[in-house]
Amino acid sequence: MSLWKKTALELSNLIKSKEIKPSEVVQSFIERKRQVEPKIQAYVTDLEEFAIQMAKKLDEEITKLEKIPDLFGIPIAIKDNISTKGIRTTCSSKMLENFVPIYDATVIERLKEQGYVITGKTNLDEFAMGSSTENSAFFTTKNPWDLERVPGGSSGGSAAIVAAAAVPLSLGSDTGGSIRQPAAFCGIVGLKPTYGRVSRYGLVAFASSLDQIGPFSRTVEDAALIMNVIAGKDNRDSTSKDVPVPNYLEEIKKDVKGLKIGLPKEFFTDDLDPQIKDTVLNAVKQLEKEGMSVEEISLPHAKYAIETYYIIAPAEASSNLARFDGVRYGYRTKDYSDLEEMYSKTRNEGFGSEVKRRIMIGTYVLSSGYYDAYYLKAQKVRTLIYQDYVKAFEKVDVIISPTTPDVAFKIGEKSSDPIQMYLSDIFTVSANIATVPAISIPCGFKDNLPVGMQITGKPFDEATILRVAYRYQNIYRFYEKIPME
Amino acid sequence: MESMVMLEKEFDVVIGLETHVQMNTNTKMFCGCKVEFGAPPNTNVCPVCLAHPGTLPVINKKAVEYAVKAALALNCKIHNLSIMARKNYFYPDLPKGYQISQYDKPLATDGYVEIKVGDSFKKIRIHRLHIEEDAGKTIHEGSYSYVDLNRAGTPLMEIVTEPDISSPEEARKYLEKLRNIMRYIGVSEADMEKGQLRCDVNISLKPKGSDKLGTKVELKNINSFRFIVKAIEYEIERQSKLLKKGEKIIQETRLFDPESGKTYTMRTKEEAHDYRYFPDPDLLPIVLKDQDIENIKKSLPELPDQKYHRYVETLNLPPYDAEVLTSDKNLAIYFEQVISIFPQNPKIVSNWILNELLGKLNDKGIDIENSPITPQSFAELISLIVDGTISGKIAKEVFDIAFETGKSPKQIVEEKGLKQISNEDEIRNIVKSVLEKHPAEVEKYKSGNEKILGFLVGQVMKETKGKANPQLVNKILREELA
Ligand SMILES: [Zn+2]
Repeated sequence: MSLWKKTALELSNLIKSKEIKPSEVVQSFIERKRQVEPKIQAYVTDLEEFAIQMAKKLDEEITKLEKIPDLFGIPIAIKDNISTKGIRTTCSSKMLENFVPIYDATVIERLKEQGYVITGKTNLDEFAMGSSTENSAFFTTKNPWDLERVPGGSSGGSAAIVAAAAVPLSLGSDTGGSIRQPAAFCGIVGLKPTYGRVSRYGLVAFASSLDQIGPFSRTVEDAALIMNVIAGKDNRDSTSKDVPVPNYLEEIKKDVKGLKIGLPKEFFTDDLDPQIKDTVLNAVKQLEKEGMSVEEISLPHAKYAIETYYIIAPAEASSNLARFDGVRYGYRTKDYSDLEEMYSKTRNEGFGSEVKRRIMIGTYVLSSGYYDAYYLKAQKVRTLIYQDYVKAFEKVDVIISPTTPDVAFKIGEKSSDPIQMYLSDIFTVSANIATVPAISIPCGFKDNLPVGMQITGKPFDEATILRVAYRYQNIYRFYEKIPME
Repeated sequence: MESMVMLEKEFDVVIGLETHVQMNTNTKMFCGCKVEFGAPPNTNVCPVCLAHPGTLPVINKKAVEYAVKAALALNCKIHNLSIMARKNYFYPDLPKGYQISQYDKPLATDGYVEIKVGDSFKKIRIHRLHIEEDAGKTIHEGSYSYVDLNRAGTPLMEIVTEPDISSPEEARKYLEKLRNIMRYIGVSEADMEKGQLRCDVNISLKPKGSDKLGTKVELKNINSFRFIVKAIEYEIERQSKLLKKGEKIIQETRLFDPESGKTYTMRTKEEAHDYRYFPDPDLLPIVLKDQDIENIKKSLPELPDQKYHRYVETLNLPPYDAEVLTSDKNLAIYFEQVISIFPQNPKIVSNWILNELLGKLNDKGIDIENSPITPQSFAELISLIVDGTISGKIAKEVFDIAFETGKSPKQIVEEKGLKQISNEDEIRNIVKSVLEKHPAEVEKYKSGNEKILGFLVGQVMKETKGKANPQLVNKILREELA
C-alpha cells in the first residue's frame, strides 16, 4: 500500500521502528499532492522543496535519537493564519500577502520539537472570516469530493488537503465552526478543542474569545496523536488553562458503555434536511448498540447563538484587525498625502469585502450608545448559552447533532448572500460561544457528498468525545474511502 | 493684565488632574522587553510590543504589585477584581491600534492625597487609579515622521483626582506630593523631564460661590511643574476674560505651548474620539485577594506624611523642617542616617542640613544621594560642634573643606589645627595682649561705648584665627575690662 494512504499513527510507528525513513514518507505525500493540488488548490504556500530538505535532515537526525517523538517525520499542513517563523503567513489577505513572521506560534514550536515536516500553508477565508474559502484574497479551494463545490471554511485548505490524502494531518482554527464545518464538507475528522486547551499564541486573532486551534485528520486516532502534542497550558497565552492533558491515544480505547448521549431538540427540528437527520440519527443508533444511552435534551438559548456570534466575533475582530494599518508591516497603499489617507487607503485596498463588513459591524456594536444594546447584551446571552450546556452536561456525557444543516454547497451558490452563509454555522457556533470542545466526524453521504456528525463534550473533556468518535469509526470505517483516487 | 489674585476673587477655579506615572519595572507591561530611558530607537522591542499578528499580551505581575502599592499609598480602595480593557484608536505609535487600559473596572478608587496649604492640610481626593500601557513616540522631522516603539508597552498608572484643586499652586503641590510618594514607595522615578510623570489638566471656572459647574477645558502636553503653573494661570486668565465679556467657554482639549506660555485649541468636543472600550479578551481579570493586598500593604515603607508627623511629634522638629526633610525620600534617608549616628540633637542636624548642605548641593547641582559629605562625616561634624571641639564659625570652614575634598571633619580639624581654644588661661593671655595693643579702644569702652566690645572680640578671634571659644572670649574680655 502506498505510504500516503496510511494514517499518521501508522507512519509514526513505521518511522519509530525504522522500517521507513521520513524522506520516504514525505516523498510519497508529495507525489500524491502533485496529483491533487492543481485541482483542489489547498495551498497558499506550497513548501514542497522545504519539506524534502527537512525530511533529509530528519533521516540523519533519527540515527542519533534515543527516543523518537510521535510526530517525527510526519508531514503536516498548517493553516495560513498560524505564525511560522521565516515562512510567509498571509491569512489569505492582500494585507499580509508578503508578510514573513519573525516568530513561531506555540503550536508550531511544539510541532518542531517533535521533528514534524511542514508541507505548506493552507488557504482560508481572509482572516478566517467565512465558510467556504471564497473569501480568500487569492483563490477558492475546491472540495475533493466534488470540484464544483466548496471545501467549507474558513479552514478549507487544511480540510481539503487532508481529505485528498495529500497530507495525513493539518492544523486549522475554529471561531464559529471553521474546523468542524470544512471537516464535515470534506468527510474527515475535525476537532475544535475547549477554549483554553490549545495555545492561541501565534494564531492571527479573529475573535479572541472564540478562536481555537485544532487538528484535521482522516482518523480519530490521528487527531488524538496530535492533540497529545499541541494541548496544554502556555504561559504566553493568558487564556490557556492549566488543566492536565491526558494521553488521548490511551483514552480513545476506553469503552463507551454507559455513556449518555444527548440530542438537543432545538437542533433536530422539522426544518432539518431529512436525509441529514436520518444519517445522523442512524449513527446515533449504532452508538446505542455499543451500550450508550440516548435522551432528548434542550439548549433553549442555542437559537440565539448565531446572532450572539455575529455581534461578539465582529466586535473583537474590529479591534484585532486595527493593527493592520500599514505602519509597521504588511500592505501599505502607494499614494497618500497624509496619515489619515494612508490609513484609509491601506485598509480599503488591503482588506476584502467580508473583512470590511465585519469590521464595520464590530465597530458599530462597540460604539458608545450601542455597546449596551449589542455587545453587552450578547455577552449576557453568551452566559445563558453556556449555562444551557452546563445544565445539559449534568444529564449527559456528550451531545450529538449534525455538524452542518446540509452538505457542501456549490462555489458561488451563497457568496452573494452573507446571511445564508452565516446560517451554515448554525450547529457549530454554540460550541464556541459556550467554549466547549466539539468534533466533527463523517457519518455517511448525501448525494455522494459527506455528511458530518458533531459530538460535543464537557469543557476540557476532549477525551470523551474522541473516545465516542473512535468507537463510531470502528463501526463505520469512513477513512477507507478517499476521494480523487 | 489683571492680577491672578483679582481673578481668583471673582471666580472659583475648579481643577482636576489626570496624571500618568511610568512604573520602573524591569520589563514592559505585557512582554519581556526592557524598560529603559534613552536606548537607541526600536531596540527594546519584540513581536508582542510591535503587535505582530498572532501575539498575545501577558500581564506583568510586578506592575500590578507596584500599582497596588501606589494605590495603597494614595489611600485608595483596591478592588478584588479589575478588568483590562481595550481603548481603540489609530495612531502610528500605538502598534495594536488599541491601548490596553482599564475602563469601568479600575484597579482602585476613592483615595486621597494631603497637601499643605498655608498652615493647614487639604485633602485632594483621588477618583481612580488604573493600570495601562504607554504608547511609543512619534518624532516629526521635515516631511517625515519616525516611530520609536521602545516606550510602547511601558507600564503606566493613570491617577485621576476629583476636581478638588483650586489654584495653580495647589496643582503644583499635589504633583510634588504625588511624585514624592511614588519615589518613597519605589514604583517610579516620576521625573517629569523624562516623561515618567505626565499630567493633563481639567479646568473650569465658575462665579465665586456658585454651585453650577463651568464648562471644562482639558490642557495637554505640559511637561514640567513650572509649565503646569503657567498653563493653569494662562487658562484662568483666558477663561475669565471670556466669561466677563459674557462669552461661552467651549468644551475642548487645548495644548500648552511652552514657548509662548499660551494654550491652543487641539480638538473640540465634536471631534472627540469614541474609543469603543471593551474588556480585552486576551487577558483574564486581575484578581486580588484581601490577603494579597494585605501583604503588599505590609511591604510599604514609611510614607512622607507619616514621616512628617513623626519628625514633628517624636523628633520635635519645627513643621517647616519636617516638611523640607520629608519632601525628598533621599533627603529623609540622609537625615535619618545622620541622626542614627548622632541621635542627641536632631534639630541641630536639621539646621545644618537645611542651612548649609542643601544650599551647597543646590549651587553645585548635586543630588543629596551623591553628597560629597557622607552621613557619617556629617554626623561627625555635628558632634564636633556639639561637644565644643570647634566653633560654629570654624565648623562652616570645616564643612566647606569636607565638601570640596571629601575628607572627614576630624581629619580636617587635626590637619589644620582648627580645634577650638577653650583653655581660659590661654585666652586670657591673648585678651591681655590685645588690650595692650589697643589702649584707645579700651578707653572708649570704659567711657561707656559698649559697642567697641565687638571690635575687641574680633581682634581676639583674629589673633586665634577664629579658633577661640566665642563665649569664653566675651566672658574674659568683660572680666579684664571691668
Ligand atoms: Zn516587547
